Amino acid sequence: MKIIKKAANLLLRLALALIIAGIILFVSGYSPLKAYKAMIWGAIGNWNGIALSLVQATPLIFTGLAVAFANNCGVFNIGAEGQLYLGAMAAGVIGAYLPPLPHYLHLLLALLGGALFGGLWAAIAAWLKVKANANEVIMTIMLNSIGILFCSYLANYTFKASGPVAQTPEIKSTAVLSRLSTGTQLSSAIFLGLALIVLVWFVLYRTKFGYEIRIVGANPRAAATAGINVAQKITAALFISGTLAGLGGAGQVLGLHGRFIDGFSPGYGFDGIAVAILGGNSPIGVLFSALLFGLMRAGGMVLDRTTNIPVDFVLIIQAVIIVMVAAPELFKALKGGVKDVRTVVKQ
Amino acid sequence: MLEQWLNSDAVFLTVALLASTLRMATPLGLAALGAVYSERAGVINLGLEGLMLGGAFFGILGSYLTGNAWLGVLLAALAGGIMALLFALVTLRYKANHVVAGVALNLLGLGFTTVLLVAVWGNRGKSPDVAGIYPIYIPYLSDLPIVGELIFRQSPFFYLLIILMILSWLFFYRTKWGLRLRAIGENPAAVDSLGIPVFTYKYLAVIAGGMLAALGGAYLSLGELSMFARNMVSGRGYIALAANILGNWNPIGVVLASFLFGLANAIEMNLQLYGWPTQFVQMIPYVVTMFVLGGFVRKVQAPKALGQHFDRSNTNM
Repeated sequence: MKIIKKAANLLLRLALALIIAGIILFVSGYSPLKAYKAMIWGAIGNWNGIALSLVQATPLIFTGLAVAFANNCGVFNIGAEGQLYLGAMAAGVIGAYLPPLPHYLHLLLALLGGALFGGLWAAIAAWLKVKANANEVIMTIMLNSIGILFCSYLANYTFKASGPVAQTPEIKSTAVLSRLSTGTQLSSAIFLGLALIVLVWFVLYRTKFGYEIRIVGANPRAAATAGINVAQKITAALFISGTLAGLGGAGQVLGLHGRFIDGFSPGYGFDGIAVAILGGNSPIGVLFSALLFGLMRAGGMVLDRTTNIPVDFVLIIQAVIIVMVAAPELFKALKGGVKDVRTVVKQ
Repeated sequence: MLEQWLNSDAVFLTVALLASTLRMATPLGLAALGAVYSERAGVINLGLEGLMLGGAFFGILGSYLTGNAWLGVLLAALAGGIMALLFALVTLRYKANHVVAGVALNLLGLGFTTVLLVAVWGNRGKSPDVAGIYPIYIPYLSDLPIVGELIFRQSPFFYLLIILMILSWLFFYRTKWGLRLRAIGENPAAVDSLGIPVFTYKYLAVIAGGMLAALGGAYLSLGELSMFARNMVSGRGYIALAANILGNWNPIGVVLASFLFGLANAIEMNLQLYGWPTQFVQMIPYVVTMFVLGGFVRKVQAPKALGQHFDRSNTNM
């Protein structure tokens, strides 16, 4: 019952956010009804739309999970974008440069490399937080920019494939995450994401380690009193968070693009923040909100192609959703306002 | 002899580099000053990027609609103030996490300006050219060797930055209102117990910060290109945030930090010209900030109550 109530509450916030975003669209001179209709049709109207939605949702499962995991430990990982890039680059280089290997071994190494580099990139922020009490929000923002620039350098110089585009050489066929159906871009990376949802759920709610992570997130002082090594848990949480984001980047490279391309992410890491918040930082919640954001992004892309409303409209919806979910008092005030209107109408 | 030296290539190139440093530093400095106001009042302002983008767009829109670039600047500041007011409502009144709300503000800024760009001009990439704000040659002073070219042939936004920097320093360190604002960032409950309206100060500081960030954005559009391009701020909001930290939340400090980051920017432009890799130079502001916050360089001290919600009902009085 509690879960149903929580879900209904989230849906209500979502509906309110869509209405507010619609009003913004209306003020800008567009028809929100037409826009939403085009978005929904584009996202779920046919198999191609559904596939596109799932393709868009795939990286968000990883980055949403990454942000949510750190949030469970009370650390704000705003750097999933940078970790995603590092993971993608590592996977791209391993996939393209390793000598011939058996299929699954090569794929496994590429995925592990992506996870490791994403994790290490996040661990820098953890180290500075533990060592110098440096704010992890600022640190991960800085690491975002540094990481994206570093990968850009590698794709432009060190590992550049021949040709005008800043990208690494194509990965070998033994490192490919296979496509699920011909004609779509949907790859088995989404299954990896689903498996991670289950794994993270298990770790967080069924292991001592996960329990301690959550205790640190709820009350670090009490955790320290109870003998939990807070610094160690924070470091571990950020590292794991980074591995999840890094795997997301690896999934894009090994399953979708087939190589690292400079600037390939339109902000999956930042979207992950919204996904985690809307999902209440729980793995299951992340799954649903990632699917929803995938739908929105796919719908937005169709909107962009078929109408004169740019795909960036989706960003407005995301912004309003974030505010709706993250500002507890605002939602209460809005609900209060609706009740006031109702009583006025009744009278 | 002196004449020969003044006309040498080395001097010419150095002056050109430093002049472009000041140009690059102008938007960073304005936005970083904005961050000082907001953060001194205890509100983390991660939304600088969105505020700058809003300022850049509405500056061009104002100039386009009125034909007067200065009215564009006015509209930019107004838009920045309104966006910041929304941000203040969400964080102060409705108690959203500051960082989360800042992320939302950045998303909103990018989404809203792009949707409006298409709505107003029917173009997804950029606006048409409008009347811009052009550099002013200050009479006599601009004829001086070196300094004339360096300092007295700059954009009005640069002069504005210097004036605002001095005024802000005087405000924070020489007026009772500035003292109170700084105290609010450290310990709002104590200030509240003196009967000072803490929330009024916080709101006004966040709004002032938004207006300053929007002016920084307006410089990018009106002062440099005379047009708006999608996502034209491209990360400068984050660099301004870094400048605010490196400058230790002090108006003069953050402008000096902006000069440093502006220099990195100017060097990067020159490297680009010669086809050399720019990425490592572009990293400088971020790396420096990490070293500083990591305690490797010098001690910086953030306002103690930064990011915390203040609620009168929670204080026992």
